[in-house]
Amino acid sequence: MHSETIRPLIPVVIVLITSILILVSRKRENVREFWSVAGSILTFFSVASMVPSVMNGHTLVYTLSTIAPGINLNFRVDALSLIFGIISSLLWIFATFYNIGYMRSLNEHAQTRYYTCFAIAILGAQGVSFSGSLFSLYLFYEIITIFTYPLVAHHQDEEAYAGGKKYIIYLMGTSKGFLLPAVILTYVFTGNLDFADGIRDGVFIRGGDNIWIVVTYILFIGGFAKAAIMPLHNWLPSAMVAPTPVSALLHAVAVVKAGVFCISRVMLSTFGIEMLHRLNLGIYTAYFVSFTILTASIIALTKDDLKARLAYSTVSQLSYIVLGVALLDPAGVLGGVIHIVNHGFSKITLFFCAGAIYVATHKKKISDMEGIGYAMPFTMGAFAIASLSMIGAPPVAGFISKWYLLNGALGIHNTTIVVILMISTILNAGYFAPITFKAFFQGATGGWSKDKIKEAPLTMVVPIVVASLISVVIGIFPQFFVGLIGRLLP
Amino acid sequence: MEQYLVMNKLSFPILSATIFIPLAGACLLFFIKHERAVKVIALITGIINFLISLLLYAHFNPDTYLFQFGEYKPWIPGHSIYYALGIDGITLFLILLTTLLAPLCVLCSWTAIAQRVKEFMFCILLMESAMIGVFCSLDFILFYIFWEAMLIPMYLLIAIWGGPQKDYASIKFFIYTLSGSVFLLVAIIAVYLTTGSFSIPNAMYRGYGFTFEYWVFLAFAIAFAIKVPMFPFHTWLPAAHTEAPTAGSVFLASVLLKMGSYGFLRFCLPITPKASLFFAPYIIVLSLIAIIYGGFVCLRQTDMKRLIAFSSVAHMGFVTLGIFTFTLFGFQGALLQMLNHGITTGALFLCVGIIYERTHSREIFDNSGLGKIMPVYMGFFGFFSLSAFAFPGTNNFVGELYVLIGTFSSNKIAGFFAIVGALVAAAYMLLLLKRIAWGRDDTRSIKDMNVREIIYLLPLVVFVLWVGLFPKPFVHTITKTLEHLVTEMQRFM
Repeated sequence: MHSETIRPLIPVVIVLITSILILVSRKRENVREFWSVAGSILTFFSVASMVPSVMNGHTLVYTLSTIAPGINLNFRVDALSLIFGIISSLLWIFATFYNIGYMRSLNEHAQTRYYTCFAIAILGAQGVSFSGSLFSLYLFYEIITIFTYPLVAHHQDEEAYAGGKKYIIYLMGTSKGFLLPAVILTYVFTGNLDFADGIRDGVFIRGGDNIWIVVTYILFIGGFAKAAIMPLHNWLPSAMVAPTPVSALLHAVAVVKAGVFCISRVMLSTFGIEMLHRLNLGIYTAYFVSFTILTASIIALTKDDLKARLAYSTVSQLSYIVLGVALLDPAGVLGGVIHIVNHGFSKITLFFCAGAIYVATHKKKISDMEGIGYAMPFTMGAFAIASLSMIGAPPVAGFISKWYLLNGALGIHNTTIVVILMISTILNAGYFAPITFKAFFQGATGGWSKDKIKEAPLTMVVPIVVASLISVVIGIFPQFFVGLIGRLLP
Repeated sequence: MEQYLVMNKLSFPILSATIFIPLAGACLLFFIKHERAVKVIALITGIINFLISLLLYAHFNPDTYLFQFGEYKPWIPGHSIYYALGIDGITLFLILLTTLLAPLCVLCSWTAIAQRVKEFMFCILLMESAMIGVFCSLDFILFYIFWEAMLIPMYLLIAIWGGPQKDYASIKFFIYTLSGSVFLLVAIIAVYLTTGSFSIPNAMYRGYGFTFEYWVFLAFAIAFAIKVPMFPFHTWLPAAHTEAPTAGSVFLASVLLKMGSYGFLRFCLPITPKASLFFAPYIIVLSLIAIIYGGFVCLRQTDMKRLIAFSSVAHMGFVTLGIFTFTLFGFQGALLQMLNHGITTGALFLCVGIIYERTHSREIFDNSGLGKIMPVYMGFFGFFSLSAFAFPGTNNFVGELYVLIGTFSSNKIAGFFAIVGALVAAAYMLLLLKRIAWGRDDTRSIKDMNVREIIYLLPLVVFVLWVGLFPKPFVHTITKTLEHLVTEMQRFM
């Protein structure tokens, strides 16, 4: 049931106003940070307020403007949008507090630019999640790209510029080179860029011959390079030059999630399960991303830099989401989409931990972290919980994803996918468990206390602990998100 | 002739007014002594004319393809030369663009032009008159007079107030454009000899013989291709744009280049439809070359103005590409792109002018690292740069999207080539933006933008977002005219 209401636009407008207020109050730091905090909280509540309507089976839509017949700048809130909308707005609250601690502890430069771009990146994420058409989606997708560039290149040194350059070339290159023609081809074949209502039929029912539909599909998958599917993943590790909260934003909240969300959206709402089945695209996509899942995990094993290891872990985990959706089976779709949430909370915890360790000790390498758990018990405790989630161990959130993914793979009787998921789990354990082990069970227990290492500031530790606890809570009580995604399935 | 016109129903001849008010203002300047008064009068003339031209928009009827606000009087009756004016969906916004930019050009020259202020303002107003005249004329002779009249003030603007290489640039501009005009005149005379009339609408869709159309098309096309400019006739453009004073560059890029694409839409397609269809593949290839080659040349520029000048070659490539797809989307996109390019490139030239007044250099290196020193300026410059490479949500994206939809629906291969051009556009604009904002650590004390400069950029910001997010009023106004063009063209396909 469609309800025409302006509510889908409200979160986007709130973030827009927030970013303007941040910019205007650049001279007064505390006021500026107040706007970030207030904006993030308000945004979350405006998103959360739409949950009951969607749970009752409504789809909230709002058309802001018509660009051409069938091309609308419109917004739409359904179960899939809410999943991404909720986690990106909720995690923004965490990220804001953490940001304040991090940026002030390290006395970073250009903080107003930083906070403004951060807010606009969230605006992009909110916009992407509530897009009602490929036009809106493309608009907000590009906003994320442009406004995260100053964040990635924040340090403005050689390394930052190199990372930023790679970032923008990969993301802008693919979106202009692949995504734009894909969008246009969709319009040329169907005369319409709005998303379809259900996830079964898609819009290609209206036209286009098979070859061109496949070409369009491939262009779409290549166009959303934010999803970091190999071979278009390389920007992600390079973007690690950014300040850690940005990495967290990139990896857990706005950027990569926008990528996988868009892929899921296009697969489900533009092509539709029927069409993907008919052209056999689902299973090939699943095999294709399986390569990323395994290879990225293997690369992660070789990395000693904590953030680099986390980056490759992200590359691998993102493909779980695409894999789940590509199974085109209710359980698979559920597992994939819910991983947007689970990976979000767990990965942001892990990055926040990496940042906290850096603020407290200026250490980046895993091999230097022996015994650090004794100096920073809260941080490393949270790290241990979140890495369990990444491995997929109960009772942490990641287990729920793995459970449904395996169910989905078994549901379509595909043993190859089952085996891939199992190998990948072992690999996950292989690169995460040693970190926790090193932190708590290796090295002298008192080694760090001599250097007077303590936990990072409270504004950083509290978000870390809360985010990790949320991972546990949604691991034990997954009903809310499972129910929400259930609304999506036929 | 009357059957093509909806006569003017307003209480005064509005088209004549918009054409001749700037001319009257220009003449008034002769009697003024103080420089400041000269500037103020020029500004007021520009603003009055803009306000009057808004009446055109208010009273324009988007439901007819006929020429509106028509004025029709015998001029030289013995040779059937008439004073015929009228506008349709194609020209309405081009006129508004001209009247909007004229006062902005006066404002941006407020302090930048220190010598011969009176003559400068005279040239600006004269240009405005001539450009509006070109868009309004429905008689070949009248058209040709205005067409040639644009040339002289533009030449003077470059030759007197231009940069170090102004002599070379102005002569090159003059020779190129004048030789184009000769071809134009030949075509006009050929059409006259066949139809016995100088009426432009009367010459359209008449079904001449193919050979006739073939040669007339070529003559028209060379004249207009030089103006656009299309590859390989573009070489006058970088020199002229770069050496001209800011106001001159803005007029050149924003309005003068549109004369070429306007010519294609108004003359080539309706008068020689069969030849247009015949030559379309060649024009499309040339457009694609312009898009891609223009982009790659931009990547290697070290001079900001030259870079923006070459980007015009690429942008105008999109316009000609759209026109020669012969689809409604292509036409709409081309026309939108003409407006968008006028706004965005004009704005970028204004931005370069602002920085040139402060650092006296157009080199990217000399102007790099301004992010910290001039944050407001960087905000504006960044905004217009995004618009220049068709960032979604800005005006150029809508235009480019329309053109690309038109292109993809008629020829997918051409579409993919155009995409390459769009990609390169993002590369050179972002590279420029990064260098200007963050190129080096700079601690010079340069003043950020002042209120006057913000005032003349703000209308352009509004326009960029308006077309980018709410293009419906624009598209709606131009559609009827273009639909008519598509229908007529289809008869010859």
